[in-house]
Amino acid sequence: MQFALLIYESPEAFKSRKDETNSYTGAWRAYYKSLVEAGVYVGGDPLEVPETGTTVRIKEGKRRVQDGPYADTKEQLGGFTLLELPSLDAALDWAARCPAASYGVVEVRPLAPDTKRRVTE
Amino acid sequence: MSAADPKDVHRTIERVARESYGRLVAYLSSHTRDVAGAEDALSEALIAALTAWQRDGVPRNPEAWLLTTARHSLIDFIRHQQVVLAGEATLLLLQENSTEATLATRFPDERLKLLFVCAHPAIDPAMHTPLMLQTVLGLDAAHIAGAFLISPKTMGQRLVRAKRKIRDGGIRFEIPRDDELPERLDAVLEAIYAAFGIGWDDMAGADQRGRDLAEEAVWLARVLFQLMPDEAEVRGLLALMLHCEARRAARRGPKGQYVPLSEQDPKQWTLPLMEEAERHLAEAAKHGRAGRFQLEAAIQSVHAERARSGRIDWAAIALFYERLMRISPTLGTRAGYAAAIAEANGPEAGLAVLDAIELDIVSDYQPYWAVRAHLLERLAKMSEAKDAYDRAMGLAEDPAVREFLLQKRG
Repeated sequence: MQFALLIYESPEAFKSRKDETNSYTGAWRAYYKSLVEAGVYVGGDPLEVPETGTTVRIKEGKRRVQDGPYADTKEQLGGFTLLELPSLDAALDWAARCPAASYGVVEVRPLAPDTKRRVTE
Repeated sequence: MSAADPKDVHRTIERVARESYGRLVAYLSSHTRDVAGAEDALSEALIAALTAWQRDGVPRNPEAWLLTTARHSLIDFIRHQQVVLAGEATLLLLQENSTEATLATRFPDERLKLLFVCAHPAIDPAMHTPLMLQTVLGLDAAHIAGAFLISPKTMGQRLVRAKRKIRDGGIRFEIPRDDELPERLDAVLEAIYAAFGIGWDDMAGADQRGRDLAEEAVWLARVLFQLMPDEAEVRGLLALMLHCEARRAARRGPKGQYVPLSEQDPKQWTLPLMEEAERHLAEAAKHGRAGRFQLEAAIQSVHAERARSGRIDWAAIALFYERLMRISPTLGTRAGYAAAIAEANGPEAGLAVLDAIELDIVSDYQPYWAVRAHLLERLAKMSEAKDAYDRAMGLAEDPAVREFLLQKRG
């Protein structure tokens, strides 16, 4: 079963990404290594800071384009990690070890392979 | 009785619920085996108490009041259900109704039977602890789910399923026979210890899981000790947890940083808890049957000895671990043994213990990597040590432990 860990981070966390020697980078490097060595890592990526987002929607035939992220919350989506695991319990274990769990929020969501199959076949 | 201050009523209800919840649930369910039904009846009684006690004043024996009220709603429920067993169970409940006067002061404490039911071999071992926390202490599913890192909905469903199994699966409310007792008692002790959550107390491997239930676990162990004062392993478990509890304040520095056991300031340890632990351990030793929990408590006792002697007798610790390895070679024991052997006989010897563990079972076991990193560092194998520190950091849940390991990694 595949799960996505959706990483929500605070503005301070986004700022601390740049510093290569700090605990932010060290913690993420260690977490990534543990995921790979445990054989559960499938993929994932960090996202650029929320201010770089642009939203698009078509309403009544008109294009609406807005600067900034969609959700207006303090913690913003900062990236995602895809994991192959036997159960939700196991996914929650890995979510708790994720550095963002102690300075932000990690949402665990199962992927929807049935929907994907219907769309891609 | 006269009208009471709502605040007093709330406080009384909270106190009675806290102290008597398990006794009431155990007593109510011991006849019907219906733990969920007993819990429902008790929560109805607690709600009824809110209005009745405010109106009429708090009764002289609040526990007896709750029992009577809960039992009535339980009997009503059984009558409505008209299940096959109901006749017998109702009869028993009604029968005791006639002895209300005696019950008002005292009713049998069936919590020991309830503890054995919760840790029954027919119940999924992963549910032993959650069941105890809910039925004996009255903790809600969401709180338990948080401590065990399981989704609240899933935890709720698993608890319901386990209680159904108790009701319908022929699990009896009884103290196991002598020939079964050691094994059945082990399961109860394991379940209480799992709530405590600190399996391993050395170096940077402190397991966070369940830590916020530590006080609840000590409380359960005290209940168990009160009910089985002659079982050496019960004392052993209590001693082990008290030694760990004594160090709670010393585990963190002034800025919240992680402080490993060997670097803690013994002056910050809580002396009365340590003394209580030592008394239990000494009493337990008189039985001459050192089980797993007595051995683990003995290891903690050697660490505690540093408060007096200023040094850690690693040879003694290694010896206790050797005995522990023979009866309970868990991953935690093996990692602890490796750390102790390394201190007593040098890092190569410790590393050899770790190397004997199959790699695929430690890929997500944090303490193994914490010890390994430390030993590799002592052997000046810097690049391997850094790798192991990364693994230990990546598997840590506690940001303070992560930071500690990052500093050591360099």
